[in-house]
Amino acid sequence: MYAVNYAKPASVADAVAALSAAEDGKFLAGGMTLIPTLKQRLAAPSDLVDLGAIGELQGIGTDGDALVIGAMTTHADVARSPLVASAIPALVTVAGGIGDPQVRNVGTLGGSIANNDPAADYPGALLGLGAEVRTNSRTIAADDFFLGMFETALEDGELIVSVRFPKPLAAAYAKFANPASRYSMAGVFVARTASGVRVAVTGAAAGGAHRMETMEKALQADFSPAALDPITVNPNGLNSDLHGSAAYRANLVKVMAKRAVAACG
Amino acid sequence: MSTTVSLTVNGKPCTVEVEPRTLLSALLRDKLGLTGTHVGCDTSQCGACVVHVDGKSRKSCTTLAVQVDGAEVTTIEGLAAADGTLHPMQEAFRENHGLQCGFCTPGMVMSAVDLLHTNPSPTEAEVREWLEGNICRCTGYHNIVKAILDCAANLRGAQQAAE
Repeated sequence: MYAVNYAKPASVADAVAALSAAEDGKFLAGGMTLIPTLKQRLAAPSDLVDLGAIGELQGIGTDGDALVIGAMTTHADVARSPLVASAIPALVTVAGGIGDPQVRNVGTLGGSIANNDPAADYPGALLGLGAEVRTNSRTIAADDFFLGMFETALEDGELIVSVRFPKPLAAAYAKFANPASRYSMAGVFVARTASGVRVAVTGAAAGGAHRMETMEKALQADFSPAALDPITVNPNGLNSDLHGSAAYRANLVKVMAKRAVAACG
Repeated sequence: MSTTVSLTVNGKPCTVEVEPRTLLSALLRDKLGLTGTHVGCDTSQCGACVVHVDGKSRKSCTTLAVQVDGAEVTTIEGLAAADGTLHPMQEAFRENHGLQCGFCTPGMVMSAVDLLHTNPSPTEAEVREWLEGNICRCTGYHNIVKAILDCAANLRGAQQAAE
């Protein structure tokens, strides 16, 4: 790892100020992706601004019928939260299936979505639930937030404060995990909401998490696994690598979607 | 640029000079001489470097020392009693021959102790799932799982006897 400056501010305002004062700074959340990236010298920021001491970014609460989860809340805390389990149990499945226990003890919601790894789990959940990303300066709908592989709508120096998840009528996540990394090779999040069915896929496409409109339409008409039988997932744009071909992933997307619909009950 | 961090390691307070880029694993091994924490893959996958930070298991090779300034850290050296009596998990690994070469063992034991904190009665499937982040290249998982289940049963038995 290259030498780096380090700051640990105690407020969102101080963190944003510290980053803007840095020559080429980066926010450090849990560090489960950033620290390995630094160790491999694939990134060389001048400064790390550690978000670990900022109380405003922590915790799980409600806002009317929605869950609001602080950006620095760890996957383990989401997976263990009785509040999450009662409001949106599918989020327990998502958070509890990320990486391994030691990664879940440290990795955070905000870090995961800011990084937008194309195989990360949370982006699919945010798209599937129609969540909103709240930053230090604005609110961004999930549909407008994820722009492609490792790309988001965040401006330079913009900091995610929390994510607001509207409570669905029912939701479930089904994931086929890479046996080594536990990243999703195909993860499908299905939600029945008051404004319609939402289906989001993560892990399969090079561009990252995206909605599946054909499946949404079919499920809107008939919310059952069988409703997806006539649909063929187009392998164009899906990843093809040593873990699986695009055609294999296309099939996995359909299988996981059917499992998620079945799990919605 | 160097800075100092103050930690409590295995119950002892210590203040150490580090760089912001110093990993917790390097602090423990190189600065404090606690070489029981192993660095296997150095890429966050193998779990040989697992220690407890404020009671939770964490990969010390993927943690900056400055991130855990002020924390309580427990390493494999901190598990046994002062008189050398092994921790029940260490004893269970010994009784069940839960190791072959022993390289992964410190991380396995630290991870397993955290499992029983969060789930005192795990099923075999839950133990295997929990060990997702700990790799044993001797393929010794069978006896490791046996040791953890045995330790859980022993601790439950001890608790019942006390009640």
